[in-house]
Amino acid sequence: MKIRSLILYSFISSIFLFSVISIWKILSTLQGIDLKNFNFAIILSLGIGISLINLVIGDKLNNYIKSIVFASFFTLIDGFIIQNMPIWYNIGVFGIIIFYSFKIDKYNQKNLELEHSSQSVIFEFLTLFGIVLFSFVILFPFYMMIVTSFKTQAALLINPLDFSINFAQDIKELFKSYFVIFDTYKFGRYILISTFVSVGTVIITLIFAIPAAYAVARLNFFGKNFLSTSILIIYMFPAIVLVIPLYTVFSQLGLRNNVGGLLIVYTATTLPVAIYMLQGYFKSIPKELEEAAIMDKLNWFGIIIKIILPLSIPAISSVALYVFMIAWNEFLFSLMFLDNPNSFTLSRAIQYLSGDAETPRQYLMAGSVVVTIPVLFIFVYFEKYLVSGLTAGSVKG
Amino acid sequence: MSDTLSKIEKRTAYILLLPAVFLVFSIILFPIFANVWISFKEVGLKDIRIPEPRAKKIVKSIKDSSDEIKIIYKLRNSSLILDIRDVKFQDKTPKNVEPVNLDERCQFKSNIINCNFGNWKAKYKENFQIILKNKKGEKINKKEIKSIKPKLSGKSDNILLNTNFTLKNFKKVFFQNEFFDLLMTTFYYTFFGTIGSIVFGILAAQLVNQKFFGRTFMRSILLFPYVGPVVALAYTWELLLDPYSGTLNNLLLNFQVIQEPLNLLGQKYLSINFFGFDLKLRLALTTVIIFEIWRYFPLAFLFILARLQAVPKELYEAADVDGAGPVQKFVSITLPQITAVISILFMIRFIWNFNKFEDIFLLTGGASGTRTLPINVYEQGFTISDIGMGSAVSIVIVALLLIFMFVYFRLLGKRADEN
Repeated sequence: MKIRSLILYSFISSIFLFSVISIWKILSTLQGIDLKNFNFAIILSLGIGISLINLVIGDKLNNYIKSIVFASFFTLIDGFIIQNMPIWYNIGVFGIIIFYSFKIDKYNQKNLELEHSSQSVIFEFLTLFGIVLFSFVILFPFYMMIVTSFKTQAALLINPLDFSINFAQDIKELFKSYFVIFDTYKFGRYILISTFVSVGTVIITLIFAIPAAYAVARLNFFGKNFLSTSILIIYMFPAIVLVIPLYTVFSQLGLRNNVGGLLIVYTATTLPVAIYMLQGYFKSIPKELEEAAIMDKLNWFGIIIKIILPLSIPAISSVALYVFMIAWNEFLFSLMFLDNPNSFTLSRAIQYLSGDAETPRQYLMAGSVVVTIPVLFIFVYFEKYLVSGLTAGSVKG
Repeated sequence: MSDTLSKIEKRTAYILLLPAVFLVFSIILFPIFANVWISFKEVGLKDIRIPEPRAKKIVKSIKDSSDEIKIIYKLRNSSLILDIRDVKFQDKTPKNVEPVNLDERCQFKSNIINCNFGNWKAKYKENFQIILKNKKGEKINKKEIKSIKPKLSGKSDNILLNTNFTLKNFKKVFFQNEFFDLLMTTFYYTFFGTIGSIVFGILAAQLVNQKFFGRTFMRSILLFPYVGPVVALAYTWELLLDPYSGTLNNLLLNFQVIQEPLNLLGQKYLSINFFGFDLKLRLALTTVIIFEIWRYFPLAFLFILARLQAVPKELYEAADVDGAGPVQKFVSITLPQITAVISILFMIRFIWNFNKFEDIFLLTGGASGTRTLPINVYEQGFTISDIGMGSAVSIVIVALLLIFMFVYFRLLGKRADEN
């Protein structure tokens, strides 16, 4: 057995164990448990101990029995060090050790003698570590957003670490922040405006983009190459450099504080990407179909409606969803163009709420949940379409 | 025959393109040129309002005579800077009423008072008075008179359309605006944000490219920060990082990682003692960069994952036969396969991060050393209310952007030549 592999194996796996246990402790702290220490040294030595015993036992014991023995052992010691823990905390620790022993089970004395065994150990545990850490870091803010929206200002100030939600209370109390933002802050209206703007943008963009994309994909005309490069270049131009001239012109034309003005700007800014994505797809449709259609004396309108559209449903839905998400999430133009609370979009309304330092944070978070849920829902539900759109090399953000 | 066909084709193409091209031209290209125009002008936020002649109507009764009434019009030019020429005034009166001693600038005809006030200078103000008398000696209804609104019109210059140009804005941009600081902050933000998001993108892609339970679920989760609305995410982070009631600081204090709460978004520098050297870390800027990495690494992840999944499996199998370890496989198979994607990603992200506005604006508002060029555009234009300056900064951004794009397309062209 190689000494280096042995050391790496026990050390890396224990570090992994330590980080998982620590995350569990953090999450438990947020349920109101008083934990003050990660006990780095103890957990690490326990982990090293278990991993070494695992090597010694090897295949002599059934995997399940081995895991249960390890888990009970560890949970007992952990419970002894940090006393008076609720039972669910210990069950969690027990589960983590079961998982950990399954992961280290495949390492035995022979295995560690293989070539590259130390690298494999590192890779395996770094992967596990990565999965745990990435999920934690990404999901935590979302978790906090949701939990905060169910708390009260007083509870948040007394103990900012207490994330536990009291489900036993009255449903009206539990959802109080949501009732308040819909009653007092007119969020119902903002949802309607945001939906109107986003859906409107999708429809107008598609009406403009489909013919243009068809022309770029299929027809020959002077300046075609120039146009296709321009689409890409224009797409790179940021909103911030458009803001001042648009603001001045829109003020003079009376288009500010007007949802119509917002629709025009959103359509124009999403058009290049829509055209780019659609023309790529249209090019992949076999030309023969259209040639037959020309024989049947169909004009371009007929070709687009009767041949291109039915064949491009996936691409069009992908563009539609993508444009919807851009319009729904857009913030800069709604900040610049909307001053009147009667015409706010959701994003602008939340920013307006936060402008008042008196606004309790749970209302802010309830608003954030309201604006986030539809997008995440659409994303998860239509992920396949969206991901292909995102990777079409045409993403803004 | 074929000639007419191609002509028809051309015409069709232009018709199909026209609406889209027109819209993009007017909303995207026109503003970019308009920026150049505005940046050479001294324009404030208040100047962009077109001057209007205004009148406030006040109706007063006259003592001892119920058949007479006094109307005072408070006339003014709404602009403090611009004149209005040829101001016309019109107001209606009820029936059977006529003015007494009407001002010589006005005429009365069939219940309408028409006045010609001539030119009004900027800030012009006048209290204009008319006395109305009922011809039959009856009482005049005050409410009726109040309900009629006078109409005014006039001609004025639009400050945006005149041809007074100045270089003042650009002088200010480069010499009075801490331009070098701005540029460096923007550069740090862009560069480290880009590098960070690509590094984490590679790690995440490498992770998800392996087989494990819940892999598709993991892929969805990794994209959450990217698809979520920036407003919601930025405010959540702001609460999370709050020095007093934020979760992060309280967690760190609870587990005794730090002794004093850190004001992660409000403190410009953090002094760190590093092996006897006193280092000053740009704390708020670092936090903002971390937020940016958190939010945009999913994009890099997605691109790299797509590329990784296209790498032929035989390459790895061959490497296994040759006895290569995981590290060797990564260095000599995976990395060369993804360098092309990485360089494209680097350029795209670099350009977009360079222009990022919302994230910093929502997190810090540009305070504590996080003022980048795009934030400066907003500040100049709408906080200091100097539209001309804002435009000048925009022009600087566009110029830098064009340089980046030139480099980008040159590199892209070279790559295309090589393949």
